[in-house]
Amino acid sequence: MMKTNLQQLLNQGHFVVTAEIGPPKGSDPQSIVRKTEQLNGYADAFNITDNQTAVARMSSLAGACIVRQQGMEPVFQMACRDRNRLALQADILGASALGIHNMLFVTGDHQSKGNHPHAKGVFDIDSIQLISIAKNLRDIHIFENQEMLKSKSPQVFIGGVSNPFVSSIPLRVDRLEKKIRAGADFIQTQSVFNLSRFEEWMDAVRDRDLDNQVHILAGITPLKSVKMMQRMKYHVPGVDIPDSLEKRILDAEDVEEEALLLTDELIRSIKLIKGVHGVHITALFWEQKIPEIVKKSGLLPR
Amino acid sequence: MIISEQKPFDELLKKIGRRSVFLFGCSECATLCHSGGKRELLKLKKKLIAAHVNVTGWVVLEPACSLTNNEKIFEQYKDQIEQADALAVFACGDGTQVVNSLFPKKSVISGTNTLFLGVKSTITSYERRCNMCGTCIVDEFNGICPITRCPKHMLNGPCGGSEKGNCEVYPDMPCVWEEIKEKAKKLGNYHLIFLNVQPAHDWSQSQVLKKER
Repeated sequence: MMKTNLQQLLNQGHFVVTAEIGPPKGSDPQSIVRKTEQLNGYADAFNITDNQTAVARMSSLAGACIVRQQGMEPVFQMACRDRNRLALQADILGASALGIHNMLFVTGDHQSKGNHPHAKGVFDIDSIQLISIAKNLRDIHIFENQEMLKSKSPQVFIGGVSNPFVSSIPLRVDRLEKKIRAGADFIQTQSVFNLSRFEEWMDAVRDRDLDNQVHILAGITPLKSVKMMQRMKYHVPGVDIPDSLEKRILDAEDVEEEALLLTDELIRSIKLIKGVHGVHITALFWEQKIPEIVKKSGLLPR
Repeated sequence: MIISEQKPFDELLKKIGRRSVFLFGCSECATLCHSGGKRELLKLKKKLIAAHVNVTGWVVLEPACSLTNNEKIFEQYKDQIEQADALAVFACGDGTQVVNSLFPKKSVISGTNTLFLGVKSTITSYERRCNMCGTCIVDEFNGICPITRCPKHMLNGPCGGSEKGNCEVYPDMPCVWEEIKEKAKKLGNYHLIFLNVQPAHDWSQSQVLKKER
């Protein structure tokens, strides 16, 4: 079976880097091309988000295609909020046909949080069910309705997400285990700011040997500005920024410099945690800093 | 019961315009949730008259949601209904459409928004309890419905957006998965619910148009 670059690197035990590219609010492919030019060589694969935070943008499949045309490897994200099981399965097959094989399945932020709050959310299935459907399409060649595929089954390296920072740690680890049972090959976590909580979660993950059953990539987000930090701390669901860290950014003489320093510290600490197989960098509106972050943290060459 | 709320008075006035209206209420759900009982209709009549609307009469149907037993009671309101340009209904969406069926030549105004099938949780509040999806799975979740009570219909545990055990979408409401978890621990079936993958739901019955008994 053909393996993606990301899959090969993870299977070989390398510490990988993925980075996020948000598609534009428009149809100009150049805005993605420009980002790929900035980021080429600084990550192993590039996530293309799917109407992230329930804001309408260019489709993630189109974005993933553009990344691939640039000779780079995409991670095609799919959310259950906007499509039902027919459309989701169609896109899994379609992506694979286009040579896009890393796919990341999420339930998706609720539409009431985005820029079309009057939209009807689909939520026909949840992320765990979608992961299981993708696995069945790939491994046993059946659709969700148990019907056999009529031609080649899709090649999918199955990704999911995990948030170690909300509710109780055992519950979050149970949900991770369920994702693994459903078929997840790799997991990208919510951005890590609360390192001790993340370590605690990873301890529980290792206690149950889950780190040997799935590749965990820790989320990294540089806190570009005071405004962005406060937005994330107080308004983005599921984000845990400790007060001490808030203070550090507030007190900084040069916020950008402090943010990069903090990011570097986090990456270096995370690299030492047993069972973490990479980082996933989401630099919202600050993608141009990813090369510097990757270089500084000793993650080159890629 | 079916929880409904009256539309804002200004919106109602705009819908009515210069027309005369006859008001319909309902003795059941709309009475219990104060959107279309006798009290509400009388109050509304007063307000409408004060706003120079010609109200030709009113009646509380018992109940509004039956096509089979309403016709009789209309005899005594026949003239008042005949005089009205429009019929304003303060019941659920079902009751509104029953009135429409009974008076096919009249224009019907929906005076309420029908919200959900739910429970009265305090004297002044109601909570959604059933989406009427047609394929009940509540017993698999210890009597608690995650399809209805999770805005994302999550069947495999809470999403990553819940904060301190509360819902991402309605932060003043507890996440339904907290309740499912607590009950599962008490009943000893936590592993069944939280570690076994729950398959995709069957929505095929959620839009059936007719049921024969």
